[in-house]
Order: sequence, then structure tokens, then C-alpha cells
Amino acid sequence: MFEASSHTRNKQRGEQAARAVLFLMTVLMVAPLLLIVGYLFYQAWPILSLDFLLSNPRNGMRAGGIWAPLLGTVYLVVISLAIATPIGVLAAVFLNEYARENWFTRIINLAVVNLAGVPSIVHALFGLGAFVLFAHLGKSILAASLTLAIMTLPVIIASTREALASVPQPFREACWNVGATRWQTIRHVVLPNSVSGILTGVILQVSRAAGETAPIMFTGAVFFKAIPEGDPFAYRLFDQAMALSMHLFTISTQVPDVPKALPYGTAVVLLGTVLAVNAAAIVLRVRLRNRRKW
Amino acid sequence: MGALIKRPRLEIVAETAIECLIRLCGVSAILFVFGIFFFVLREGSQFLFHGFNFREFFFSQEWYPTSQSHVRYGVLALIAGTASVTLLAMALAVPFGIGAAVFVSEFCSRRAREILKVVIELLAAIPSVVWGFIGLTVMNPLIINAFQTPIGLNVLNGGLILALMSVPIIVSIGEDSLKAVPDSYREAALALGVTRWQMVYRVLLPAARNGLLAAVLLGVGRAVGETMAVLMATGHAVKIPTSLMDSVRTLTATIAAELGEAPVHSNHYQVLFIIGILLFSITFAVNLTADLIVRGVRGK
Repeated sequence: MFEASSHTRNKQRGEQAARAVLFLMTVLMVAPLLLIVGYLFYQAWPILSLDFLLSNPRNGMRAGGIWAPLLGTVYLVVISLAIATPIGVLAAVFLNEYARENWFTRIINLAVVNLAGVPSIVHALFGLGAFVLFAHLGKSILAASLTLAIMTLPVIIASTREALASVPQPFREACWNVGATRWQTIRHVVLPNSVSGILTGVILQVSRAAGETAPIMFTGAVFFKAIPEGDPFAYRLFDQAMALSMHLFTISTQVPDVPKALPYGTAVVLLGTVLAVNAAAIVLRVRLRNRRKW
Repeated sequence: MGALIKRPRLEIVAETAIECLIRLCGVSAILFVFGIFFFVLREGSQFLFHGFNFREFFFSQEWYPTSQSHVRYGVLALIAGTASVTLLAMALAVPFGIGAAVFVSEFCSRRAREILKVVIELLAAIPSVVWGFIGLTVMNPLIINAFQTPIGLNVLNGGLILALMSVPIIVSIGEDSLKAVPDSYREAALALGVTRWQMVYRVLLPAARNGLLAAVLLGVGRAVGETMAVLMATGHAVKIPTSLMDSVRTLTATIAAELGEAPVHSNHYQVLFIIGILLFSITFAVNLTADLIVRGVRGK
């Protein structure tokens, strides 16, 4: 009795087709992630062990583990974090708490967006020109960390800003009304209430800094450096260092006859770290959203 | 009325100091962007203003930076390399990215949407050197087998990798801009009896046009600036590609590959910094345009 007209049937067929195509597109975009991660883990499985993490590359990087590059990456990440976090958080405080809606603020926003968009190799050129040569830091962990810090600054600014903006305005007004100054309000009310959001930004910064290769290539990372195994304080601030990302590049392109499992193992450790760190940020954000009282 | 309690002098000074620090950090982004431009230009300036041949730089495909007798610094082939992989990447990433953005924003259940967004975020987090490694060890043999070519490090490989790398940014910005379309548009369309898909392509896509354009531009910016992945996945042939199976070299890969070997302050070294300025200018223009478009959307 209420049979669909041919027009309606066509419409519905089109709807189903569109839905299927869009679904397929999404799957095709998501599938590579799972396939790639799975394949890398599968290839790296035989070599993954604690010993692989804790022993140095040997025999011209054709054997051994990844201790020196792993430790180098930790140094680069921690130092760049120590530099970028205070600057990034304070910049976000300025943008969210102090800046007015005017052309100057717009320019700052534009600069943040553009800083995020500068190619990583241009950051490398900048780091080489400014820190290695101009500031006479030489190729060192410090110069590389500074370069990474500037590169990852927009990440921290963006997520801190979001966290600050989510603190309701009445919180601030209440604090002002009992006579607190602007900074006291920020220090005792706004920042404590947005600490998880800031932490999310910091975590994302870690993941970004750990994975970057180009910016450290010419500012402080070396192909090979011998350090004692098991000593977590083996690098000095003005030393050059190995780094995981650089090590992966080196053993997969620059060194001939590397056993297949080595680069896979390195790639999986790097990828695993970055994905785990990101997952932590996501979990933190979700919990934060659920726990929010206001 | 009681006298106002005086705050300790030290506290006032400290507060002023910290506010100055905050203001300084606030403008730091501007300083850094200018700093990047200044220091990269500074390293290349000597050659740029003395003896640099603009015509040769932009219109010659001869890149012989280390030749004894026939030194040429033409980057046309490198620009073509960057353009070819970027174009291929966008040809793949734009339809897929926008398709996925529409699916995630309009056709998904809430739960599926949350999961997909997490996966997209993780996809965006994969370091570029890992992508390069995948191009080198996974895609290379696949392409050699599938197309019977001698080498799989070519435009196709680099384009596919770059597409996967720039899809997440297109999806997330695209989804944002679809979400920014007021629900009243959707309700009005559905009330007229259209299907969801008809609503998407007749109402939502036109309404979100600017945001989607910005998403694509940001994807382009990402693809043009990408270094390690294309360094490892596109081969190392300085020539204008004529097919997908040709190896190419991009602007970014050239800097990464040659900066280590160029003697500091030699002409070759300075030309690499001039390429850096070129890259900076391209991405600056792309990001600026994207930002203006996004702001135009918000302003409405």
C-alpha cells in the first residue's frame, strides 16, 4: 500500500552507496595504521628484549642494541621540555588572560600558527645558524634541544590555551572580588584548575620531540657515539648525542649490510614510545573531561 | 573606614616582574618566527646578494652544486619534485580526508566517532622518519612487484606516504569545519525530506567550503615541508618527473641530504639556506592563507 516510489528508491540507493563509499574511505585511512604497526611489530618481534634496549650498537651499528640513541633521545626530550614548557605555558597565559582582542594579539596568533607550520628542515637551518654558529654552542645536545623546544612550542601553547580557556570566568571574578591581583588569580586559581590540560600538551610535546629527526640532524645528533652502557648520566650538555630517530635513519639508509631486524627493532621502539605517549595524553584528556565539576 | 592594607613592596615588584615575563613569553612566538627568517637569511645572505643568479635558481634544472667546472644552482627540478609528490599526495588525501571527515562527523555513531578520532590522532603522531622507513622497507618492494619497475623509491611511493601523513590534518580540520555548520541547516534540509547524503553534498559541503579549503591548504603545507619521509622514500634523482615511476628529489630532501657535506659558508652551503628561505616563504604563504580563510569563517 505504501510502496516506495521509484524516486524514493533511487534516493535510498544513493544514500546507501554514499554511506558505503565514505565508510570505505575511512577504513582505507585507518587500516594502514593497524597494518603498519602490526607489520613492524611482527618483523621486530625476534629482537625485542631488555638487552636490546640496554646494550650499545656494536660492530659498526650492525649488531647490539640501542642504548646510546635511546639515552640521547631521553636527554633531548627532557631538555627541550624544560625549555619549552615554561615559555609555552606563560605565552598561553598571556594570550588567554592578558591579551585583548586587537591586531597585536592577532599577529601573535598568526605567529603561533606559522611557527607550527614551518618545515622541520627549516627549523634545522635556523638551529644551525642561530644556536650552533651564532651563539657558539657548537653541535651539542643543548643546541639540538633548543631547536626542538622552539619547534614544539606551538603544541604546548595550543593545549595550554585550551585548558585555560575552559576555566570558567566566574572562578576568576570570585578571586578578584576577594582582592587578589591578576597574577595571584592565575597562580592560585586558573593554573591549578588547568593543570591536566597543560600536562596533555606537555605529553604531546614529548611525543613530537622524540620523533623528530630533521631538526636535530645538523644541530647535535651524530651517527655514532660511544658511551658507557648502563650509565644514565653518560651525556654532557655540550656533547653530541645519538638519537633514536636519527639512528633509525642511519641504519636504514647509510650503513650497508645491517641485519634486517635491527632497524625494525629501532622503528618499533620509537613508534611504540610515541604511540604510548600519545595514548596517555588521550586517556588523560578523556578522564579530565569526565571528571570536570563545572 | 579602615586603612587599606599595604602589600609588601617586594610582592609588588615580584608581580610586576612576572607580568613582564608573561608579556615577553607572549610575544616570543613573533620573535621566533622573525628569528627563523633572520638567521636562515643571514647564513645565506652573503651569496644571495653577491653573485646569486635568480634566473638560474628558478628556471634551470641543472643542480650541480659540487661540480669542479660547471657549478649550477638551479632548483627547477627540485621544485618539480616537491610539486609532483605534493600533488599526488593531495589527489589522494583530499577526497579520502574529506570523505572520512564527512563520515566521522555525519554518519557515525558517537562511540565510533570517538574511536576514529583517536585513531586519526595516533596516525598523525607517527614520526616522519618511521614513515620514511615504511616507504623504504614496505612500499618499495610492493611497488617493485606490482609495477615491475626496477626501483620502488619514486613519486608514487613518496606521494602515498605523504598522503597518509597529511590525511589526519585534513580530517581533523575538515571535521571541525563541518561541525561548525549550525544544526539548523541540517534540520531544515532533513525536514524537506532529503537523505543524509543529499544533505551533505547540497547543504553541508557548500556551507563548510571555506573550512574544508583551509584543511586542504594545511595538508599542502604539511606535504611541502615534510623532510625525512620524502628523503627516504622518493629516491635521489634530480630531474623533472614524467611518470609516477620516476625517482625525484624534493627541496626539503636536498637540504637534508647535502647540508652535512657542504663546507660551512661555501656557496653550496649558502644556496641550501636560500632554499630554506624559499620553503619558509611557501609554507608561510600557505599557512597565512589557511588562517585568513579560517578566520573568515569564524568572523561570520
